[in-house]
Amino acid sequence: MADNKTFRLQVIAPERIFYEDDVDMVELNTTEGEIGVLPEHIPLTTIVAPGVLKITKGEEIKEAALHEGFMEVQKTFVTILAESCEWPEEIDIKRANEAKTRAERRIKSGDAEINMTRAEAALKRSLTRLSLAEKYR
Amino acid sequence: MATMRDIKRRKESISSTGQITRAMKLVATVKLQKAKNRAENSKPYFDQMYKTVSSILSKSGDIDHPYMTGNASKKKAVIVITSNRGLAGGYNSNVIKLLTKDERFGAENTVIYAVGKKGAAIFNRLGYEIKNDYSEAVNAPLFADAAEIGRDILSGYENGEFGEIYLAYTIFKNTVTHIPDLIRLLPMAKGEDTESGSLDESDTDRLTLMNYEPEAEETLAMIVPKYINSLIFGALVESVASENGARMQAMDSATNNADDMIADLTLKYNRARQSAITQELTEIIAGSAAVE
Repeated sequence: MADNKTFRLQVIAPERIFYEDDVDMVELNTTEGEIGVLPEHIPLTTIVAPGVLKITKGEEIKEAALHEGFMEVQKTFVTILAESCEWPEEIDIKRANEAKTRAERRIKSGDAEINMTRAEAALKRSLTRLSLAEKYR
Repeated sequence: MATMRDIKRRKESISSTGQITRAMKLVATVKLQKAKNRAENSKPYFDQMYKTVSSILSKSGDIDHPYMTGNASKKKAVIVITSNRGLAGGYNSNVIKLLTKDERFGAENTVIYAVGKKGAAIFNRLGYEIKNDYSEAVNAPLFADAAEIGRDILSGYENGEFGEIYLAYTIFKNTVTHIPDLIRLLPMAKGEDTESGSLDESDTDRLTLMNYEPEAEETLAMIVPKYINSLIFGALVESVASENGARMQAMDSATNNADDMIADLTLKYNRARQSAITQELTEIIAGSAAVE
């Protein structure tokens, strides 16, 4: 960043403060599409969709799996409230694989009993986890 | 007067009870530390959630959404968080009293979502309808547990099974102060929520510029379930911390009482022993005096 501007990023999960630092840029998925936030963004509140959270701080780029939550953007700070969020090294590949198979089976079965949106969300979550874990292995 | 043997037996039984309560106190202390940390770690999430939700509420006009306006049903649903085990002083009864002392919550128009076996058992006995029991969650509350409870209760609300949702739990103020509390989750009262969230000038300035994607109403509809989940989760971790705090206090006073009783009994025992010796001596002396 030429002008060296940063903003405060807070990623808060229910059990802990996941990340807190001054960063240059943050990218993530929202229900309305992908979004990248730079310093001095207009104030915005939006819903987070499952996907990869990409944090750029100077030369360093960090990625994490982010599922469900919402984001509040202000001029000088960004707060992401995530129901679940994890670094690549925290992802349990075996569990994610199992969850993926389970979700796929549920969707295929087409049973009216099961909740389709939930199964789809579970599938999306496991895919995010797996792709991120693969990348950092 | 009790004989020496009786006193001795009683002393032994009290001292073994004292050992148990002492051990339970230690266990509760360790659990309290853990629960306290969890409660503190979950605080930022809850605070931020509260801030965002009240700022959306204060900004957006009259939103015509069931979450705000309620529905026709007269029934009330209450999530009651108690413990699975007893021996925690007044912890459980204080929470239960919140409902039983309040005439708005009669057995005929209230359904209970119980978290904790103690509460479930008592409300069952009082004739309340127990809709569901999530007692496992009390042992180690996970966010997923709170999300499950939230999902179930919201689907009941949306289906019109009940028109109001309350949450009865115990606020963990500090290690010795725990306050039982009853709060209403839905429908959300706009006035109450926004007034308590003290927004200063700069906050209100920023709020007017806030953009929502999707629209504020839609955003709110998506955030409210998350907000409810986070409230339930916060209540769970605080209640668990309070439970262990209450148990620690109860066991501490039980241990102290046992110590007091042992001291008292030791005195009595020694007195009985002394009087037995004195009596024996008197008898011997009297016997020898008679021989002479």
